[in-house]
Amino acid sequence: MTQTFDILVIGAGPAGVAAATAAAEGGLRVGVVDDNPSTGGQIWRRGAASPAAARRWMEQFESAAITRLMGWQVIDCLRLGPDGGVLRAEGNTPGGEAADLHFRRLILATGARERFLPFPGWTLPNVMGAGGLDAMVRGGLPIEAKRVVVAGTGPLLLAVAAHLKERGAQVMAICEQASPAQMAPLGWALLRQPSKLRQGMGYRWTTRKTPYLTRCWPLAALAESSVGESDGQNSQPRLRSVRLQREGRQWTVECDYLACGFHLIPNTELAALLGCAMRDGFIVTDEQMQTSMPGVWCAGEPTSIGGVECSLLEGQIAGLAAAGKTGAALALSKRRAGMQAFVEALERACRLDPRLRDLAAEETIVCRCEDVRMAALRGRSDGRDAKLHTRCGMGPCQGRICGGATEFLFGWRAGQVRPPLYPALVSSLMEEEAAGSVAGGAEYAVSEGIENV
Amino acid sequence: MTERASTALLSGGVALSVDGVIVQVPPGTTVAAAVCVAGAWTRRSVSGEPRAPLCGMGICLECRVSIDGAPYQRACQTLCAPGMQVSTCGEPALP
Ligand SMILES: Cc1cc2nc3c(=O)[nH]c(=O)nc-3n(C[C@H](O)[C@H](O)[C@H](O)COP(=O)(O)OP(=O)(O)OC[C@H]3O[C@@H](n4cnc5c(N)ncnc54)[C@H](O)[C@@H]3O)c2cc1C
Ligand code: FES
Repeated sequence: MTQTFDILVIGAGPAGVAAATAAAEGGLRVGVVDDNPSTGGQIWRRGAASPAAARRWMEQFESAAITRLMGWQVIDCLRLGPDGGVLRAEGNTPGGEAADLHFRRLILATGARERFLPFPGWTLPNVMGAGGLDAMVRGGLPIEAKRVVVAGTGPLLLAVAAHLKERGAQVMAICEQASPAQMAPLGWALLRQPSKLRQGMGYRWTTRKTPYLTRCWPLAALAESSVGESDGQNSQPRLRSVRLQREGRQWTVECDYLACGFHLIPNTELAALLGCAMRDGFIVTDEQMQTSMPGVWCAGEPTSIGGVECSLLEGQIAGLAAAGKTGAALALSKRRAGMQAFVEALERACRLDPRLRDLAAEETIVCRCEDVRMAALRGRSDGRDAKLHTRCGMGPCQGRICGGATEFLFGWRAGQVRPPLYPALVSSLMEEEAAGSVAGGAEYAVSEGIENV
Repeated sequence: MTERASTALLSGGVALSVDGVIVQVPPGTTVAAAVCVAGAWTRRSVSGEPRAPLCGMGICLECRVSIDGAPYQRACQTLCAPGMQVSTCGEPALP
């Protein structure tokens, strides 16, 4: 399949929705691609509490003349020049289908993912990300009457706890690793964003019966409960309880799920593959959200983590600028400066306590794809060295999960990005022009080689 | 059949098979959620640990399963369809 667009947007979260809607107003051919089967990104998709503003955006987006390719992931860039380029995407349907997406201008709105830190037991089933468990519940996982411990760092914890509570979960504790002093500037910044403040207070009201513990984190996820009962000999291990620590005190809480995420890290792999310049892990843009690559704009979380309003504004700016409406884009970009204080306060509030580096024991798995343990990684000089000697980061997630951990644990930076961006059918990568359905192909390529499955 | 499954059936639920066990889920349910409802894990790690979904958003690939014979499908990014045949590598968990 081949499709041609004036403007192609990657990601259908708030940033991508705003970008596509703004760009489509001028009658240009606009396309949006997203890996997920439904639109709305991490926050708006599938039954999240949608405030009026969210509904307005989604209505505009749904009624605009935009081609929506949902359930497609961009896996490679075939060509990029000043006058446009071609991306290859693969459909998430069993059997696989590939498409070549031609564009004149490109807007990257690829969002962010959670950071995970290894601790004993974090690979047990039912230990998930905080946003991860929330996404699973929105995808139909029954949570009513289940006991959940929410842990990690960032405002997402409170949002997730409130949402799970509304769905009938019993939220046992919210454990925030940060100290109150570290979070204070965020409180000040929120005073200048009354809508966000109201939302936060609403989340806390919903979860008022749950303790919100600062400087608190999980020491271990356990397959046994505190009263010593454990699964029978032949059964599979599963999460029974979590051992928590707060300022010298340690205790165990029984639960069915541990939802644990340490704030967000930007999805910059596609931008990096295209050659966009980066600073401190984020994509660099000018005031109109244009990257260092001509014809490529970037909006939302890959440029900074600033919440949904920030992603929306950046999306609008990028959409207008890519559609050639420079004046309107520049007028909006003045408002972006006002959001910077929040972005900085958020970054500071989520800075990780160095003691979290000691959570992983020697035998704790750090790279879940290849089961590489902490002991094997000690003494390696950098990510590349670790990859060569231990296979850390060489599995199907391509280092997206362990990379966030090893960056914090050892200071390793992500290496060069190579296609495919996600494991893809070899046939999807080889065809000169992307063809339709490929029958029976079962050879998958991850960036470091081919895996037969 | 659980109360939930029968509700799903009454409200036009979707029936699919997870490792040969028929599960009924409401429309719009992801395969990852259906696998959990069926009490199964999604895969076994290279050293044999049972694994289940972690990120819920298509990044970690812990949720990969075979769907209708096609391996390596991310269950969290795939919606259940009637008659779908899902197979995991893990053994079913006890309830
Ligand atoms: C449970 C939860 C609750 C939250 N609550 C709040 C809140 O109350 N207030 C707030 O301000 N913020 C909240 N957030 C944060 C919020 O998610 C972000 O602010 C917002 O979603 C960012 O929008 P975005 O468009 O930049 O990125 P995203 O929403 O992450 O969208 C990016 C999209 O790009 C897609 N994508 C990425 N790479 C590719 C590729 N290669 N091919 C195809 N598609 C791709 C992804 O699938 C994704 O759908 C919450 C987040 C979560 C998870
Ligand atoms: S749960 Fe992480 S990819 Fe599906």
